[in-house]
Amino acid sequence: MPLDRADVEHIAALARIGLSDEEIATFQEQLSNILDQFELLKQLDTSAVEPTGHAVEVSSVMREDVPDEPLDPEDTLLNAPRREGDLFRVKAVLEE
Amino acid sequence: MSELWQLTLHEARAGLDSGSFSAVDLARSCFERIGQVEDRVKAYVTLTESHALRQAEAADQTLAQGRGGPMTGIPVQVKDLISTRGIRTTCSSRMLENYVPVYDATVWEKLSRQGAVLLGKGNMDEFAMGSSCENSAFFPTHNPWDLDRVPGGSSGGAAASVAADEAIVALGSDTGGSIRQPASLCGVVGLKPTYGRVSRYGLVAFASSLDQIGPVGKNAMDCAITLNAIAGYDSRDSTSLDLPATDFTAGLTKDIKGLRLGIPGEYFVDGMDPGVRNAVEAAIRELEGLGASVEPVSLPTTKYALACYYIIAPSECSANLARYDGVKFGYSYQDTPDMWQAMETTRQQGFGPEVKRRIMLGAYALSAGYYDAYYLKAQQVRTLIRQDFARVFEQVDALVTPTSPVVAFPIGEKTADPVQMYLIDVCTLPINIAGLPAMSVPCGFSEGLPVGMQLIGPHLSESTLLNVAHAYEQATDWHKARPGL
Repeated sequence: MPLDRADVEHIAALARIGLSDEEIATFQEQLSNILDQFELLKQLDTSAVEPTGHAVEVSSVMREDVPDEPLDPEDTLLNAPRREGDLFRVKAVLEE
Repeated sequence: MSELWQLTLHEARAGLDSGSFSAVDLARSCFERIGQVEDRVKAYVTLTESHALRQAEAADQTLAQGRGGPMTGIPVQVKDLISTRGIRTTCSSRMLENYVPVYDATVWEKLSRQGAVLLGKGNMDEFAMGSSCENSAFFPTHNPWDLDRVPGGSSGGAAASVAADEAIVALGSDTGGSIRQPASLCGVVGLKPTYGRVSRYGLVAFASSLDQIGPVGKNAMDCAITLNAIAGYDSRDSTSLDLPATDFTAGLTKDIKGLRLGIPGEYFVDGMDPGVRNAVEAAIRELEGLGASVEPVSLPTTKYALACYYIIAPSECSANLARYDGVKFGYSYQDTPDMWQAMETTRQQGFGPEVKRRIMLGAYALSAGYYDAYYLKAQQVRTLIRQDFARVFEQVDALVTPTSPVVAFPIGEKTADPVQMYLIDVCTLPINIAGLPAMSVPCGFSEGLPVGMQLIGPHLSESTLLNVAHAYEQATDWHKARPGL
């Protein structure tokens, strides 16, 4: 199924990835080719098949809620692109 | 005159334990070898020499006190998506070029506590997405057997470093073949354990239901020793399996008489190199000569695995990589007051083309109106693929196939067409979909380049696979061949 330019722009917006015009054109062609490969799956009747999320059965894992040593605040902020005191500094989220 | 860097893990262990050489001698020798060949092979993103020598000194003290274990003093390369506290972990991505983890992955915590020595971090396809190591944002790794060819991927640095004797053993990760395929292309042994056998805590996530850490080594014994050191339940990975400890070296009896091996015809695909077919068929005859019985089996869903994988893996990747927003860590574009534009530009500049392609593919497969047609459908096909394997494993103990339908290809040959690159992993992807253990073992050469055979078993059958490989290695010398660098 070929994607059009608007499809690619929509997907990029969902994924929060900025794209140049050139990238949009390249991905339009490449993603369309990849989606073509997926058509093969339509050959299989899966109407009565349960989906598999994990290949190895793992039941819901619970543990005791015991407080552990927390990450040191300096470690937490070690890789912060921008910090202010003990806080991550971010761009304004709310409009004025 | 043989050099210490040429040793297998098993031989190095014996030498360290007998006092023939120290862990510092061994680490220095590995760095000497790295100095000789690394500018041509480019298997490392980061070298950690001073750190390694401190670890080696500590290992020597531990050994002197008689408290050493199987990994004490063993120099290892660790793929650069396994978190190492205080040592940058880049995933070969601009996004994490300067990222320094503040905690260790469980596998590295285990190895370092046992006294292993970190030589450095292995190059890879960015975020483990690729089959050639060409998607590294920094530089491609070169195949030690032919420097103009790829080492395979995504754990190309792991396989190339072991093949070039730049590491005694390496840790890689395998989401769709990323340990086995480069091991095959570089002529070394690579093991992808059963999903859940090894903790994924601290492994930078790509596709969480498929990712698994495993060893790349010079032979099956070395992989068994390394697997012993990294396997086991971890409360920090909710998908880790709570099983009694297994000694994977204990099953290396070399006796495979009466073992039932299945040969799935679907894995001998159209377009495979004739030299690969010949080498794998000869290996099957060798295994038969060692007393295994061989019979054809059929896995009819094999042809659907590629499409199934390229829906599931990108879907999980699009969710996992949503965390790279430029706020808490990683690359961050700042030159705009707008939050959304900052985020979109951060991801545009921080990710390479293959990563963007997969995130977008996943975002599309999970988006409103397409979820049932793609993601749900792929998960249903995943059930059929699992059932196929379960059925043949009622008949046989293990399967033998090629690891890769082709030998190492020239750098640049397949980068323009993503679908051609994806097809390289046609023999390895189904195993991750079903969560099975599998390994690649050197079994010959085609046009001067290494060929690997893939051994596949049911869940938790690593000991069987390692024993088949070990028995084969006693009868052949392919795993001992080294490139003339």
